[in-house]
Amino acid sequence: MLFAGCNSNQSIVNPATEQARQIDRLWWAMFVGAMVVFATVVFLLVLAFVRRRTAPSHDDRRPYMVVVGGGFVAPVVLLAILFGFVIDVMPAVSTPPAGSTRMTVVVIGHQYFWEFRYPGTGAITANELHLPANTPVEIAVRTADVIHSFWVPRLNRKIDMIPGRTNRIEIDAPTPGVYRGQCSEFCGEGHALMAFDVIVQPPAAFRQWLANQQQTPPAPSGVAAAGLQVFQSAGCGSCHMIAGTSAVGQVGPDLTHVGSRSTIAALTLPNTPQALYDWITDPQRYKPGARMPGFSSLPAGQRHSLVAYLESLR
Amino acid sequence: MAIIEGADARGVERVERLDRIWRERPGLTGWLTTTDHKRIGLMYLVTSLLFFAAGGVEALIMRTQLATAGERVVGPERYDQLMTMHGVTMIFFFVIPLSTGAFGNYLIPLMIGARDMAFPRLNALSFWLFLGSGILFYTGLAIGQAPDAGWFNYVPLASRQYSPGLGIDFYALGLILNGASSTVAAANFLVTIAKLRAPGMSLNRMPLFCYANLAASFSLLFALPVLTVDLMFLELSRKFGLHFFDPGRGGQPLLWQDLFWFFGHPEVYIIVLPAFGIATSIIPTFTRRRMAAFPLVALAELLVAFIGFGVWVHHMFTTGLPTIALVFFAAASLIIVIPSGIQIYAWCMTMVTGSPEFRTPLLFIVGFILFFVFGGLSGITLAAVPFDQQVTDTYYVVAHFHYVIWGAAVFPLLGGLYYWFPKVTGRMYHERMGQISFWLVFAGTNVTFFPMHISGLLGMPRRVFTYPGNLGWGPENFVSTLGAFLLTGGLVLIAVNLVYSRLRGEPAGPNPFGAPTLEWTTTSPPPPYNFAVIPEVTSPYPGWDDPTREADTRRLERGELVLEHGHETPATTPVDGRLDEIVSMPSDSPWPITLAAVTTIGFAMVLSNHLIGAAIMAALAAAALCAWHAHEPEAG
Repeated sequence: MLFAGCNSNQSIVNPATEQARQIDRLWWAMFVGAMVVFATVVFLLVLAFVRRRTAPSHDDRRPYMVVVGGGFVAPVVLLAILFGFVIDVMPAVSTPPAGSTRMTVVVIGHQYFWEFRYPGTGAITANELHLPANTPVEIAVRTADVIHSFWVPRLNRKIDMIPGRTNRIEIDAPTPGVYRGQCSEFCGEGHALMAFDVIVQPPAAFRQWLANQQQTPPAPSGVAAAGLQVFQSAGCGSCHMIAGTSAVGQVGPDLTHVGSRSTIAALTLPNTPQALYDWITDPQRYKPGARMPGFSSLPAGQRHSLVAYLESLR
Repeated sequence: MAIIEGADARGVERVERLDRIWRERPGLTGWLTTTDHKRIGLMYLVTSLLFFAAGGVEALIMRTQLATAGERVVGPERYDQLMTMHGVTMIFFFVIPLSTGAFGNYLIPLMIGARDMAFPRLNALSFWLFLGSGILFYTGLAIGQAPDAGWFNYVPLASRQYSPGLGIDFYALGLILNGASSTVAAANFLVTIAKLRAPGMSLNRMPLFCYANLAASFSLLFALPVLTVDLMFLELSRKFGLHFFDPGRGGQPLLWQDLFWFFGHPEVYIIVLPAFGIATSIIPTFTRRRMAAFPLVALAELLVAFIGFGVWVHHMFTTGLPTIALVFFAAASLIIVIPSGIQIYAWCMTMVTGSPEFRTPLLFIVGFILFFVFGGLSGITLAAVPFDQQVTDTYYVVAHFHYVIWGAAVFPLLGGLYYWFPKVTGRMYHERMGQISFWLVFAGTNVTFFPMHISGLLGMPRRVFTYPGNLGWGPENFVSTLGAFLLTGGLVLIAVNLVYSRLRGEPAGPNPFGAPTLEWTTTSPPPPYNFAVIPEVTSPYPGWDDPTREADTRRLERGELVLEHGHETPATTPVDGRLDEIVSMPSDSPWPITLAAVTTIGFAMVLSNHLIGAAIMAALAAAALCAWHAHEPEAG
């Protein structure tokens, strides 16, 4: 009823991991406690209205007892219980102890997209975080510019990405699936359109994906080869990186395997040839504030071959 | 006024002499040079309500943009400006100036039986600096350079590298100026409450409204300088390239957050404490009963201000601080519930054991209690670290703090507008229209802000100009937007009621509600000198000890503390309220407004990089200060 939409994929009350479930339980316990306390106050106000004494009582003893009982004794007891609950849940969502996880992914926030690095493998991707199921993974977050916050509500709490610091949380998702996340610290014009997907795969499928991401894409042929030339002549490589080419830019997302992703521009558009074409033509139209300039000055044919090249990078 | 009507010829002659001594200049000059706390309070009232209208329009545009997914009313650039302007306006240019500037200024001298604030010219300076800071801040919007990094203005987003325009400079310099205004006002309130209470008003007889204002002023005085330092670090970084926040040069971005929230959380209590004060004024009047557990409530008000300084880190639970810090600040954030709980049950029990009459002001206080408890309970959930780490920066938090800052802090202000309207204007408001306006505003508040709890739990982040349609946030946002317009309707009805009643209301007389505090023992509106005779105080509710004020009439005739030979008010000892001395008060002066104008222009010149012009303005400000002090009131 109240949470009719609680199947939605970014919901706090739709947990998919043990950590998120513990926080969800904490929430419902607090919700019930809060409603009980709220009811006592409503009861007193209704009592005042129903009674409406004709003459006030000036006896202060009973009010004192209620004030001390309701305002001091009851809160001390309830808050002590709550504090115990909080202390109990905190370790599960704190920085994972060294050596307690099986792998690490480095997440770097950019205005306005997500970069994911898999240390020790050389794989770099953007806006789609692939993780193996049933594996405790350490997520180490940093930022390339302003403060962002990494948040996938169904998997765990959020953690801020602050210049000069590396913060860590753990994700251990039992069930393969796609979980939506979104930047949750205001980071500028593109903040609302800085989302990402966490794609949890069975470990074997994940290993296969990771192996593919480490491959240098084969040299393009046909239209795609023309696209590579456009990519190089239009200066795309000063911001983007594609392994095996001269493009080594660090400003925008790594495009080495861009064709294998299902969305572009941090979940703003689906990764179809038409959407990619539109995006290259005028990014500001779809994501105001995006750092990428529009390339409507390139002849349409060149833009089409550029799209063909990018889509071939799987 | 009963006191004068019953007086003999000698008493009437004394009052006529007071009228001559305290007469103010007529017309516009009178307003520009006034040092009368009531006139300054009224100027605060009108100005802060104008800013409220601006902040409200900003909110309505944002709600319209968020009505449905993918709306295109404004783009992100404009939305981020509106979001920043709305937050800063409502906090710094509406709630604080209204609650302390307008209500505090107008009422505190009247409630403690004084003839003015302790430093009347400083009081005028506070107002003119406030007006100057507001004009400076809104100039940014007028020239299309509004700040857009949120009211919390985190670095490095707010640094010159990521926000190169002038917007952030308008924010920083406007708030430094605004902070100067509030700091000066806070010092003035502290001294006024400590020293100018009428003889007999020992601390245990001081109205709870004054306790609340005392606590808020204490918090302001110690919290605001921290914000000012933070803003100065920011401006020094932006204008002169210093590195307070730059980790590459040994700076620390979290320094901004620590200093900002060290101010920012006491700020919440600065906002709600005056509301507590209004509640503790309205409840006894309409229940015909003294506040239950009076000493505990007074203590609780002071404790809230004190503990409020120990909780700021709960705004930073997701920044990756060590667990021990999180645990400490979670505990502190839970402990502050206790003084709030004491007050809530004291308000309720006063109503239960009193004989409540649910007229418009009391209705707003009932609404306030419900919102404060609801917002307080959602606040407790935010002290639970792991849950906070989920919902912080989502709409759940937006819902929480609007229940507290809008529902709990502003509802008493609205109730207070009705309650003291007869005192200020001498006319009654329209009761029926008043009750309808309450129900509209009450319903509008819930319809607007309740659904935000749900959208927040469903994962909707704050500070987004748009959202996708497939995440289940659509219905909540649409209902919120409808609620915002309903709420606006209720507020417009309040404005209509007060304007209509100002012109056509029934004459109110000095005390239409049979209220017990001193402001109701004088005429409505009060004369420039407030009281013909400094009233006698026998309890926190002197109006109920002697409803006819017979004793004061006799004292007027005898000439006891009438002080009809100069611009004077009595000063008393801070604890026992024994008569200490008679102090001479300055009368109207052109220097406060001059000093404020020159300072504001100087700040505008710093902002636009005219540093020589700014230096000239600083010299002029020094000259204005000298002229100000060339005219000291003569010693009694």
